Amino acid sequence: MPQVTGTRAGVAPVSGTDEVGRSGRAEAGEPAPALAAVRVSKQFGVVRALDHVTLSVHSGEILALVGENGAGKSTLIRILEGVFPPDRGEVFVRGVRQDVRSPSDAHRLGIRVIHQEPDIVPDLSIAENLFLGGFRRRAGMFLDRTDLARRTVTLLAEFGLERDLDPWLRAGDLRPAQRQLMEIMRALRGGLRVLALDEPTSSLTEEESQRLFRIVRRLRDDGVAVIYISHRMREVRDLADRIAVLRDGRLVAVRPTGAFPEADIVHAMVGRPIADLFDRGARRRGGVMLSVRGLTTKRVRDVSFEVRAGEVVGLAGLMGAGRSELAEAVFGHDRMLSGSVAVNGKPIRLRSPADAINAGIGFAPEDRKSQALLLLRSVKDNISLTIPDLISRLSFVDFSAERRIVKAQADRLRIKAPNLETLASSLSGGNQQKVVLGRWLARRPKVLILDEPTRGIDVGAKAEIYRLVSELAAEGIAVLMISSEMPELLGIADRILVMAGGRVVSELARGEASEERILSLAMAEHLTSSDAERTQ
Amino acid sequence: MTDLKMDATVPATDRPSSPSGLRRAIQRVGTHNFSLLIALAILIAIFGTLRSDVFFSLRNILNIGQAIAILGVLATAQTIVIVSGGLDISVGAVVGLSTVCIALAVRWTDSTALSILFGVAVGAVAGLVNGLIITVGQINAVIATLGAMAIFRGVAFIISNGQSISIFDPAFRYIGDGKLMGVPVTILVLVVVVAAFFVLMRYTVIGRNIYAIGGNPVVARLAGIHVQGYQIGIYTLSGATAGLAGMLLAARTSSGQPISGSEGLELEAITAAVLGGCALAGGKGTILGGLLGVLIIGVLDNGLILTSVPTFFQMVAKGVLLITAVIIAEQQARRYG
Repeated sequence: MPQVTGTRAGVAPVSGTDEVGRSGRAEAGEPAPALAAVRVSKQFGVVRALDHVTLSVHSGEILALVGENGAGKSTLIRILEGVFPPDRGEVFVRGVRQDVRSPSDAHRLGIRVIHQEPDIVPDLSIAENLFLGGFRRRAGMFLDRTDLARRTVTLLAEFGLERDLDPWLRAGDLRPAQRQLMEIMRALRGGLRVLALDEPTSSLTEEESQRLFRIVRRLRDDGVAVIYISHRMREVRDLADRIAVLRDGRLVAVRPTGAFPEADIVHAMVGRPIADLFDRGARRRGGVMLSVRGLTTKRVRDVSFEVRAGEVVGLAGLMGAGRSELAEAVFGHDRMLSGSVAVNGKPIRLRSPADAINAGIGFAPEDRKSQALLLLRSVKDNISLTIPDLISRLSFVDFSAERRIVKAQADRLRIKAPNLETLASSLSGGNQQKVVLGRWLARRPKVLILDEPTRGIDVGAKAEIYRLVSELAAEGIAVLMISSEMPELLGIADRILVMAGGRVVSELARGEASEERILSLAMAEHLTSSDAERTQ
Repeated sequence: MTDLKMDATVPATDRPSSPSGLRRAIQRVGTHNFSLLIALAILIAIFGTLRSDVFFSLRNILNIGQAIAILGVLATAQTIVIVSGGLDISVGAVVGLSTVCIALAVRWTDSTALSILFGVAVGAVAGLVNGLIITVGQINAVIATLGAMAIFRGVAFIISNGQSISIFDPAFRYIGDGKLMGVPVTILVLVVVVAAFFVLMRYTVIGRNIYAIGGNPVVARLAGIHVQGYQIGIYTLSGATAGLAGMLLAARTSSGQPISGSEGLELEAITAAVLGGCALAGGKGTILGGLLGVLIIGVLDNGLILTSVPTFFQMVAKGVLLITAVIIAEQQARRYG
């Protein structure tokens, strides 16, 4: 790795100022970076996804990009790939300012992004996928199959795959790792200068990962600039020459790998002040309200825990740790293979969510738009969806009772909408979430499961949700809350369960929990459990 | 809708928005229904002018009503199926099967009531089969009911030996041609069925849940609705309604026929439902809209016959008029909606 870390070896203080001021422009005596983002900002509604980020990657280096979910990694990559433009800031490619307006612009500039789910045409062959858009023809109209096969074998040989893969194999039959390699090969075709990989190993085996790393290192040695996004600390430290940490849309640290110990990386990822949003009020814990014993599904293994009346239990973990899957199983949406769930001491038979609801459980799922709301129905219809028994006699709707109950919830939750007939799709994210909560509060649940209740909503609405959760706990409801935002869990939960690899790996009392502790538990387990899976 | 979004900061109350009278009327019947009403008015104006002598006569109006009764029953049931996110292509075949079963039952039992009940029950069982294939077999509704259509047709041919079976029971002639208090019985049957479906979809929790299932089955399930149970019930209802339509057809033709008279009804029913505002993706559509769709088709058919358009030209004219009517109507509705 020539000229890479040497000039940048000085340990960067938090804030990454070493990059600021070093514009992407070519300067005398130093090669311009292959790709540079200079003071790039991007806002989505009220969420500041990127805030003046200045970051560059040079030919022949591997730059790792780490950060919590929602830190801005994907937004940055999408801007560099031309999926959407930055609100402010500039992108330089080899020292020249460029407007990258679309992925095809990016491809022309030699920038390629390999996404977690590579886009391939499953019903075409490997050869056809690799050279899609670049077929050579015979006699003006016929596909030159001999030439296509020859070029494909040449390309496969570069990766040592010419014996494993037949050019005419259907691409849909490839394993994820092979698809990913195919995507990289396709990238190479057009003169690759910058390669970004977004969580590439999430569906690969250890051996496949190692082969991918060899290829990535070889590309680096051939002068390609590589941006590598991953959760996995070990991979990042093995592979990267430099590590950049994003948090809340800001670049907080960039350092050479050798000067960036793991503990410092984790600290940089989570080190933000916990906003003073959590008025916990007085909580009195009652008896055990929700009891889960040995729950096992396809994605969750042998999970046991309890939530008491008046208690808020947080569920932490990385994406894919099995938290949502656990919630869906407790709610009867996912089939349990073994284990039991009891509410208020009474075991319940879970055949469908209806059984969980009858037992007194409410569930606000992670994805409001696809799992919780009927977007084309009114606020009223969305709230009264779960209370047919309260608003009807012999199935005939009692419209005045319905209006009264719905209005009571809308008032309590302060749902902001022109009226109750407003369509759910036209509400803001925070008000949509309140509609979902209103649906359950109208049933007076004993247990409430909230999966990422504050995702994608603005800070004001977040504070309202926190206050509401505290209120509900004070009323004696047992709350199980999943969140990827650790400050929020630390602020609101009485206890925190940490999940990894489908298991609850640790339980932390309020006093013991810290972001560092949770993250290292979640990540350490993430690493070992997924390794264990692979060796099976 | 846009004026609702503008002051989104006002807390929700049940204060009704109070726009102008016309706009309120449009909101009440629904924008799409309003555009259908305009389309219907245009068709009536055209044919009323061309054949002002007969078009508005009571006899002609009742003619239209009788002609659309079978389609009306099927299209409103199809509306429910489509709202739930499904599709029932087998209804035409079930109608045919039902006529054959009714004709045979008349022969065996000599009881009008039992025969009708038998026809409806056979339809319900056919619908139940559809529902089970779709839910338990996890098969796409189009494929499932397409396959079932072939099976039901086949069964109708087998049990009838491919022959038309005459019905001599005078009660059926009364259902087909008779009047009750001046109104043809077939029209009364249509009105009762449509009214029942209207109430079901508009005023009951069952109807609400059907809209929810069609809107998003995952959301419906997570709200505690037994989605599969509903689906089975909806296809059974659709089958039973087709069985009842079979009674109307058997009464009109005084016979049970495996194919003649019922062929292609499924497509007409789906056309009417979609014309009436059903989204094939589910979750959207009204019984009133479906009925308006049927009325438009009925008036069009009737008018083309009255104006002596040759049969082959009728088909072309029908298509052109349908598309034109909808385009004009949509533009009108946009101006007022």
